[in-house]
Amino acid sequence: MSSYSITAPTTAQKWGAGILVVLYAVITILPLLWIVTTGFKSQNDAIAYPPSVLFEPTLEGYVNLFTTQTRISDEELAENPPETWYDEIAADRGMSIVGPSRFGGRFLNSVIIGFGSTFLSVFLGTLAAYAFSRYKVPLKDDLLFFILSTRMMPPIAVAIPIFLMFRSLGLSDTHLGMILLYTAVNLSLSVWLLKGFIDEIPREYEEAALIDGYTRFQAFVKVVLPQAATGIASTAIFCLIFAWNEYAFAVLLTSGNAQTAPPFIPTIIGVTGQDWPAVAAGATIFLVPVMVFTILLRKHLLRGITFGAVRK
Amino acid sequence: MTRKSSEDRFMSETAIDRVAQATPPRVARRIRGLPDRAIAWIFIAPTIFLLLAVNIFPLVWTIRLSFTDYRVNRPNNEVEWIGLRNYERILTDSDIWKTMQATAHFLFWTIAIQVLIGFTLAWLINKKFRGSNFWTTVIVLPMMLSPAVVGNFWTFLYQPQIGLFNTVVGFFTGADPASFSMIGDVNLAPWSIVIVDTWMWTPFVMLICLAGLRSIPESIYEAAECDRASKWRQFWTITVPLVLPFLMLAVLFRGIENFKMFDLVVQLTGGGPGNTTTLTSIDLKREAFERWRTGFASAYAIILFVTVFGLASIYVKALNKVKER
Repeated sequence: MSSYSITAPTTAQKWGAGILVVLYAVITILPLLWIVTTGFKSQNDAIAYPPSVLFEPTLEGYVNLFTTQTRISDEELAENPPETWYDEIAADRGMSIVGPSRFGGRFLNSVIIGFGSTFLSVFLGTLAAYAFSRYKVPLKDDLLFFILSTRMMPPIAVAIPIFLMFRSLGLSDTHLGMILLYTAVNLSLSVWLLKGFIDEIPREYEEAALIDGYTRFQAFVKVVLPQAATGIASTAIFCLIFAWNEYAFAVLLTSGNAQTAPPFIPTIIGVTGQDWPAVAAGATIFLVPVMVFTILLRKHLLRGITFGAVRK
Repeated sequence: MTRKSSEDRFMSETAIDRVAQATPPRVARRIRGLPDRAIAWIFIAPTIFLLLAVNIFPLVWTIRLSFTDYRVNRPNNEVEWIGLRNYERILTDSDIWKTMQATAHFLFWTIAIQVLIGFTLAWLINKKFRGSNFWTTVIVLPMMLSPAVVGNFWTFLYQPQIGLFNTVVGFFTGADPASFSMIGDVNLAPWSIVIVDTWMWTPFVMLICLAGLRSIPESIYEAAECDRASKWRQFWTITVPLVLPFLMLAVLFRGIENFKMFDLVVQLTGGGPGNTTTLTSIDLKREAFERWRTGFASAYAIILFVTVFGLASIYVKALNKVKER
């Protein structure tokens, strides 16, 4: 600060603003911290009254999340002493592990469908965005608005015919069906965002490449794509987060084979009612990657959530 | 040039490529390069095709079904064309009007509260205190998370007695945390979904307002200061009008998103107790996938789509007028 400014906030104002914002941030982060810590609580600590802040951390929730268990008697336990650390955790509660749970498979489905649809929607979106950005396309504005308007439809409204369509095409509860569906839903976002990013690349670069003897296609691949790499990467993360979080289509169109984690996590039930540490453990594993991505994306966040309407 | 010949060129590109290496670049470009229009259509076509298949085709199908009494779970029944009777039944159904009312309540309060808190936060963050970037990132975190998973966990936070929410509220108000149940009480349940939605989406309004505040050039305030305009006056005649287009955009996005609201509320309250938090999307899901009244639900879906599309179009016109000013 070299020059005196008549409009800059005073130190007192900064302190006041800082305290209020930090207060809000602490309140907002509390539920998230609660999810993470509950994952490391025992059943009793999780439902303690008053809610326990200090507790002895245990991996019980995670073990319950990944395994299916059955109750065993003390005699049986004496005959088959627990061999591994996770057997021991189960044995402490009089349980024996009989196999893996379905969570791993559901999580893997989320990964496959998330990455598959992200790749497709970014690939198709980049092509379309380039064409919209660089060429005279008849009815360009109408087409772009049409692409955006597909996002206004409530998912449940199109779910009925998609349900019928998937049933007759044999796409119900398959990875391919969900990948195609999420790709279509994400295309509006990827076309609009990427068009914004490509618009910002000066045309002169391509024109120079064309004069050097590149074809239009070569100029696109060798000049435009590298320039748009940051934009493509952040668009991909937005698409991934959407597909990762999607619930309405997943719960209506999948039941087992291709079910993703969001419809599955709320159905995790323990022996006595909902097993909150296991639910929290599943939620933690599921939510933390998104939090990391959000932090990485913070510079492009605004652009992504407004479909490129606000660019900062 | 006809479409066929351009396709031929595309197919035989590799063969021509080999020849082209011996040809001067200028000539090679003329031979190898597809005409611009062909490239444009090849690039756009897959996107349009997929959107037609997954959005428009189902929409047309929904419109067709909405004039029938078709039921998915009874494929052998003869489907009867019943004209506008589904629409008539929906618009005169008092239960459906109640879900519309619940949706309107949800929309109004979430948007009002989020605009108020979001704008205030943005205004405070714009004071650029030390660490403001870090705390902004912290505040933004809930926004990107899965509403279904988060909504499910909030039912735990809302538990009477053992829930974190009830404990914190009890601590500050002196009320017994076991004495109230946010999602079990008919009067409190509509507010329970407003609270969680506000927690998740206030950062969205905040980020957009922050962009608006940062777009105002410092020189305007300096000029106002020279003219001895009071801070209060500066706020209402400079800050508010210049941020308004941004704020309206935020309201548009929140409005469309919350009109479609499904995942968060289904997991949080499931529409209950009674029908107090049954938003239209939830009601529609019940008609279509639990009562299996496919034709009826299709008409319902069309009414919702026309409503959101119509309201959004009117709103966008208003937004453009504010921008032009």
